[in-house]
Amino acid sequence: MDNSLNLSEQTLSKIDEVVPKYPEKRSAALMVIHLVQDELGAVNDKACEWIAQRLELQPINIKELITFYPMLRDKPWGRKHVRVCRTLPCALRGSYATCKTFEKKLGVKEGQVREDGEYSLEFMECLADCGQGPVVIVDEQTYENIEGESAEKFAELLLDGKLEGGEEFKSYEESLNQGS
Amino acid sequence: MSEQSPKERRIILKHTDDPAYSNRISSYLGVGGYENLKKAFGMKPEEVAEEVLKSGVRGRGGAGFPAGMKWKFLDRKSGKPIYLICNADESEPGTFKDRQIMYKDPHQLIEGMMIAAYAIGAKQAFIYIRAEFHEGARILNRAIDEAKAGGYCGENILGSEYSCDLVVHRGAGAYICGEETGLIESLEGKRPNPRIKPPYFPAVLGLYQCPTIVNNVETLCNVRHIVEMGGEEFSKIGKPNNTGTRIWCVSGQVMKPGYYEFECGALTLGQMIFDVCGGLRPGRTLKAVIPGGSSAKVLRADERFSGSLKDGTAFDWGLEDIPLDFDGPMAAGSMSGSGGIIVMDDTVDIVEAMANINAFYAHESCGQCTPCREGSLWMRKITQRMCSGGAREEDADLLLSVANQIEGRTICAFGEAAAWPTQSFVTKFKDDFIKKATDSQEERNPKSLQLI
Repeated sequence: MDNSLNLSEQTLSKIDEVVPKYPEKRSAALMVIHLVQDELGAVNDKACEWIAQRLELQPINIKELITFYPMLRDKPWGRKHVRVCRTLPCALRGSYATCKTFEKKLGVKEGQVREDGEYSLEFMECLADCGQGPVVIVDEQTYENIEGESAEKFAELLLDGKLEGGEEFKSYEESLNQGS
Repeated sequence: MSEQSPKERRIILKHTDDPAYSNRISSYLGVGGYENLKKAFGMKPEEVAEEVLKSGVRGRGGAGFPAGMKWKFLDRKSGKPIYLICNADESEPGTFKDRQIMYKDPHQLIEGMMIAAYAIGAKQAFIYIRAEFHEGARILNRAIDEAKAGGYCGENILGSEYSCDLVVHRGAGAYICGEETGLIESLEGKRPNPRIKPPYFPAVLGLYQCPTIVNNVETLCNVRHIVEMGGEEFSKIGKPNNTGTRIWCVSGQVMKPGYYEFECGALTLGQMIFDVCGGLRPGRTLKAVIPGGSSAKVLRADERFSGSLKDGTAFDWGLEDIPLDFDGPMAAGSMSGSGGIIVMDDTVDIVEAMANINAFYAHESCGQCTPCREGSLWMRKITQRMCSGGAREEDADLLLSVANQIEGRTICAFGEAAAWPTQSFVTKFKDDFIKKATDSQEERNPKSLQLI
């Protein structure tokens, strides 16, 4: 298999690991796409062709997934990607205002990537944490009750690079007891 | 984390919020984990299935179909391999219970799944988890590795002849993958366009056209407890035809939203909102409640519900009297669905709430069936226009006619899920929709949050 996408050894070996888990290769499509997207930030036409070849499919079989699923992309998001939940339970606790605060503070319109590629903002459908809305996901960390003034503070910490690991906002993931 | 209510009966969530309890196998083994797998493996597969049937446990994903019955429909004569899939796509707006189980007690799900796999004779099992649960997928994978090392999953489980691999499969942000046949298409690596039933009942023609069982996370966890208690004992929890506990997820405008596990029928909707969840914010009154995730028909605070239950007993309820089980919300013309209770107070602009819901369904329609693809977008456009100063008196009737033409005319139940909110909102709050058109100068309540 060629490596025209210049994927890391780690990604390639993860792909080799995941494909045989399925009775049929095509089933691994989403998982392989995730691995490629995690590394490259997006799955463009060239990547579709590569994945299709790897799974013995036609490129359209991959392309049609990229264009269907909301979380698959043919162009990358910003280096920090911020997702705000839009759906009713979060909206009932102020998520529209949270999204507007982020637009202003981060200097990027919803659904877009800032010109310098640093930040992107996305208004998402239900993130399944409705009891603690508005819910915000930054990259892979989920933050709860981000509304009003706390949304302003949150955006400032994010801009200063002090959000993760800070005391102010602990993510849902950080608050779990993961043992040792 | 939700503050536990003293009246809860936590079976599934017994350990999840104990600060000393981790999501690692050591914690799980410390509370008797995998003992029930051993118990199940001492029984014949069909005996385990029989206990699940006896328990009367109904699916916790939304439809409420008896799980034991679903298993009975498996086509065992075809000779094809059987698959088990856990539906962990949790994406019905207002629902966040499966997240608590997978992130905080993943081994409970794995034990439930391995018991279920043994009972139905599955060749392989999958957990289809929504992609937004990044860490959830990692936690499950680590837990599966731990379980395999302990001999509780994978090759020759507990030293027996029976092997069943368990694979975590991530979705990619599409609500329709929660529909079981859409999920199967997605797991086959395709666009998740649902399949038509008949003939594509998963129990007969599922994954790779093989017999397949798709169960929700909470349902599969219940299987573990059914084995522990025995089907008969389990069926005594809750009420007849509404057995076991349910994890209710309360969101929206209450003081203490969160997830609460109660025996089915142990409390009413009013007790949930005003006692367990601490009621509404000061000075607010109740306007509407959606009892089972955003697809469920909305209930109006001043509505009366009357009729007779399946067993013949007559009822006459206000919203607060509706018992929280499967049959109560159903008798009130709605459904308990996935257990997501969304509460709206008097500051809510009902047309905006409708527009918010319509935007969700328009975004999530897979586009396969014309009435749903066109109708859900049309309903979104109408309600959005109504909220942007362009409301017309005839919009209410137009919305209703579009919704009525979706219901019953689509391959899967998404059509109903998209139509029911509009049908109920417009019918029950028609005055609000008319007022939007006739009273365009009306001042916006400053406390009213933007919903669209």
